[in-house]
Amino acid sequence: MLDYQTLRLIWWALLGVLLMGFAVMDGFDLGTASLLPFVARNDEERRLALHTIDPVWEGNQVWFVLGGGAIFAAWPPLYSAAFSGFYLAMFLVLASLILRPVGLQFRGRFEGWLRRFWDWCLTVGGLVPALIFGVAFGNLFVGVPFGFDPDLRFVSGITLVSLLNPFALLCGLVSLSMILLHGAAWLNYKASGAVAARARRVIPVAAAIFAILFAAAGFWIAQRNGFRITSPIDPDGPSNPLLKTVAAVPGAWLRNYFAHPALWLIPLAAFAAAELCVLLRRSPLPAFLASALVPVFTIATAGVALFPFLLPSSIEPDMSLTVWDASSSRLTLSIMLGAVIVFLPLILAYTAWVYRVLRGPVSPESMSHDGHY
Amino acid sequence: MDIVELSRLQFALTALYHFLFVPLTLGLSLLLGIMETVYVMTGRAIWRDMTKFWGVLFGINFAMGVATGITMEFQFGTNWAYYSHYVGDVFGAPLAIEGLMAFFLEATFVGLFFFGWNRLSKVAHLVVTWLVGIGANFSALWILIANAWMQYPLGARFNAQTMRMEVTDFMKVLFNPVAQDKFVHTVSAGYVTGSIFVLAISAWYLLRGRHVALAKRSMTVAASFGLASALSVVVLGDESGYTAGQNQKMKIAAIEAMWRTEPAPASFTIFGLPNLNNRRTEMEVSVPWMLGLIVTRSIDKPVPGIDQLVEMAKKRIHGGLIAYDALDRLRRNRGDARLLSTLDAHDMDLGYALLLKRIRPDIQNATEAQIQQAAESTIPDVPTLFWAFRFMVGIGFWQILLFALAFYLSARRRLDRHRAFLWAALISLPLPWLACELGWIVAEYGRQPWAIEGVLPTFLGVSSTDKGNVIFSLVGFFVFYTGLLVADVALMRKYIRLGPDETLGYAVAPPGAREAFAEA
Repeated sequence: MLDYQTLRLIWWALLGVLLMGFAVMDGFDLGTASLLPFVARNDEERRLALHTIDPVWEGNQVWFVLGGGAIFAAWPPLYSAAFSGFYLAMFLVLASLILRPVGLQFRGRFEGWLRRFWDWCLTVGGLVPALIFGVAFGNLFVGVPFGFDPDLRFVSGITLVSLLNPFALLCGLVSLSMILLHGAAWLNYKASGAVAARARRVIPVAAAIFAILFAAAGFWIAQRNGFRITSPIDPDGPSNPLLKTVAAVPGAWLRNYFAHPALWLIPLAAFAAAELCVLLRRSPLPAFLASALVPVFTIATAGVALFPFLLPSSIEPDMSLTVWDASSSRLTLSIMLGAVIVFLPLILAYTAWVYRVLRGPVSPESMSHDGHY
Repeated sequence: MDIVELSRLQFALTALYHFLFVPLTLGLSLLLGIMETVYVMTGRAIWRDMTKFWGVLFGINFAMGVATGITMEFQFGTNWAYYSHYVGDVFGAPLAIEGLMAFFLEATFVGLFFFGWNRLSKVAHLVVTWLVGIGANFSALWILIANAWMQYPLGARFNAQTMRMEVTDFMKVLFNPVAQDKFVHTVSAGYVTGSIFVLAISAWYLLRGRHVALAKRSMTVAASFGLASALSVVVLGDESGYTAGQNQKMKIAAIEAMWRTEPAPASFTIFGLPNLNNRRTEMEVSVPWMLGLIVTRSIDKPVPGIDQLVEMAKKRIHGGLIAYDALDRLRRNRGDARLLSTLDAHDMDLGYALLLKRIRPDIQNATEAQIQQAAESTIPDVPTLFWAFRFMVGIGFWQILLFALAFYLSARRRLDRHRAFLWAALISLPLPWLACELGWIVAEYGRQPWAIEGVLPTFLGVSSTDKGNVIFSLVGFFVFYTGLLVADVALMRKYIRLGPDETLGYAVAPPGAREAFAEA
């Protein structure tokens, strides 16, 4: 069995991988649904646009479910604190994600205004999670008002309004523009005709907005307070967040970057990927792959900045959750690592096979061939 | 209502809604696999059309199952934060493995089931269909491993340093005997649900003389698959009774409304009116020996009654208080060896002491009367369990009868001759859902007051979130889910009424027609 410190680091990285998996795989589903009113003007076009995600979104959404399950299994204090703390935000995300499976299944089976109703549900169901996930990430940088009682019961003063602070909203817009870019790149690659052409025109706009907002968030973060652990760290210590001291220090969120300058390549890669997507937009597949790298590097940028923090507390900084004191036991981490090593490659393999079977752009002809009944 | 009751209500509501869709997914996915296997083996096109038609209904239901399932995965965190902290080290793992091993498989291939008919070879599509079914069933396995740990928390121990339960032996979590019984019992109930669904709708077609070829073949499959499953539900339900008798004696006693320990072997009460005031069950009609045989598999071991179990709970509360006291002192003297060994000797009773927290926060000062009150709180809601169990079992036996009759008639090729049978099949449509929901109530409401049997009382598990938030989400889920359910039922009705020909957009192949016809 690996030592506790290594397991915690691996699971920190895996947490990132799962979030990236969700943002990349489900991101283009969310983006496609969000862009529906812009790229499709009539029922036939909406059907075509949605048909690009119809056969795959269910598998993609499992990245979200698995992300939740993995945080539960590997970081139980984080699961417990983040989801109960962000209660109403979670409810909004769940409600929008519930709209999607039913919306996609139902829209084609209803007619008239009911079909339009479900189309709008799908659009809202795409926009809301894209925004809220960014807002949640932004709040990690701001710090969240919570603490623990001596039984380690999580107590918090978080309200929906306290989550909607300016910096977090900026992060929400970063996330939204990133998802719109990814959705546009997907439609540019997978749709055809007028839908693909309109999606292509979205790409430079979304990429520019993303780059500006991402840079703005970076400059803002340099001025803001970050957190750092001030007591000696025991990376093999028990998962009890009450045993350390933490201080709020201006600019602390960039400490890791200044300590290891090579890390600056990660945010630079996020800009580069967005730029590459714009430049390559006439060759749809490479452009889509470039847009997939945008969420990968954006999430990595945030993760590296926050490390080793998972959920900093603004009112009781000493009780913040970190990689060293918010994990499962060593045994659970190693069992779960075994499960990931066995199943993740399998998942990637059969997912790749499914996309290969479904290859080729979606057009009215391909849809009648697939027999959408 | 306080936050505990609101959170429980929301959990029950979302779980019961989710469980309207899950059993049908479990059963119908395998029925689709069976139908398509017949198609691939015989080349008869009608079997492909059957797979596609029932597949449309499967798809509508599947979307609802996925939609309501997302909530379940996150609700432990949003509404049961202390529960998640306290047992996440054990309980989270099976949920995560469910995602990795099962849900990914099911969800990734379900798209190809619908859109892959013309992109895949016959055999490849058949494999895809089976993978969806296998994924759905493995999904149930991991969820029930997690649930079984709530009923019978094996292979874990309290850790004072982290203030939570931690895994000590993962194999014990995995091979929990409760998990095995519950898994087979639950998926069999799903197979019965799928079979009755197909049987009842086919009966409706036969009563109206519509789609006779498709309906008769569908009924034949449903009859044999359903009969085997209906028998399995009852046998494994009985096995569950035996395992519960080992570790959840209070649940058994409450289901039986058995207040006092009877001399072995105990009798089984078929009918009675549980009276909570004088703690008696009136107008009892009972079968001698039967309960003793079910629960202990013997004729000499007694089945303890509620009063005796309350006395045992009292003893465990006293033991738990010793553990709690040691734990409290440990906070001030970290690593004190004497306190640690006291805690070690009594930590299995710690959960019982926590029952007192509902009565007073400083539980070390609890009076004897308050300990008695806490011990009494281990009695679940006797009349509800008593009746839920009896209705569930009654439906179980009715289903066996119905499938046996269907099996006999299909073997004699007389399925469409007996209108009385067809009517019986049709009106049985809601019964499996009713039985599944009652089963959930018996298993989970019967676990109360525990979230984790003997370890963590339910009321302690809640989040310390604002009450207004929970009311908002509770009302939100209720309105939202009910709206979706209405749309779901409306769509199901629409496609059932349209029938296979109009649903698929072409005339279902006549019996005997080979593929060459259908491909045209």
